[in-house]
Amino acid sequence: MGTSKIEERYDRNFNTLSHEEQKILGTSKVVVIGLGGLGGSVCEMLARVGIGHLTLIDGDVFEASNLNRQLLCQENLIGFPKAQAAKNRVNAINSEVKVRYFIEYVDESNMYERIKDADVVMDCLDSIDTRFKLQKAAQKASIPIVSGAIAGVAGQVTTIFPDDKGYELIYGKKGQKQSKGVETRTGNIAYCAFFVAALQSSECLKVLLDRGDILRNKLLIAELWTNTFDIMDLV
Amino acid sequence: MIKIDLKLFVTLSRYLPDNSEGLEITEGTTVEKLMADHGIPSELVKLIFINGKTQNSKYRLKNNDRVGLFPPVGGG
Repeated sequence: MGTSKIEERYDRNFNTLSHEEQKILGTSKVVVIGLGGLGGSVCEMLARVGIGHLTLIDGDVFEASNLNRQLLCQENLIGFPKAQAAKNRVNAINSEVKVRYFIEYVDESNMYERIKDADVVMDCLDSIDTRFKLQKAAQKASIPIVSGAIAGVAGQVTTIFPDDKGYELIYGKKGQKQSKGVETRTGNIAYCAFFVAALQSSECLKVLLDRGDILRNKLLIAELWTNTFDIMDLV
Repeated sequence: MIKIDLKLFVTLSRYLPDNSEGLEITEGTTVEKLMADHGIPSELVKLIFINGKTQNSKYRLKNNDRVGLFPPVGGG
């Protein structure tokens, strides 16, 4: 794309975002961990808004049961690695974004290495246990986490800075925690995944731009059957 | 007696009593007892919010308290 086309790309961002803010996004580095219902939509939005560097991580491949809610899952991609599909999608939307992708699951052995240079980590994981491990690695690397979680048509979002207690305030102290939540019984519905991913993407921009109200030590809870949207104080 | 508003989220909603808005309870009832009285399994409750702030199950309820109970949510 020529220069004029590239400038045109962000035309509709301006007035909401300043040119200076758009430039900051273009130099920002964001890691997305987990590329399922939340992570796939987060990639889409961060690529479109103009985050300059994305690192995309998931060890899984698409299954037919992902079609109901995962933006990047298509019938012709069953069996295809989610991380590679995410990379292809980001490249197709925005060739200016520099993408790294890893077809691997994160654990203590690789997490710090993968996130250490990031400005923000997007927690789109589906395991409570792994979320605690991610927080430990992000604390070590002094990087904020934007976390989303869903079950059925309910979801929650919070932003955790390195000095915060974070997941302990939501899931209890280590030892009380469990690997899965009630999503194992409710499943997840597409519009709720997209909705929570949108809230996470918004938090990511606010952290990068130091603008607006950030959900630090707060938990935004949404339940779509009853149109309940609450922001709860965690401390 | 005092009145509270009770909200139960996600999988807990099946335990919601009919008169959950303006629910009459004895003053000083703990959240723990409230859950027991209404058959809400405490092991399914991960977060207790009173008037928009987290509390533990020993919290003693006051008139007009807004009570929200949330299960663990961890899906991605």
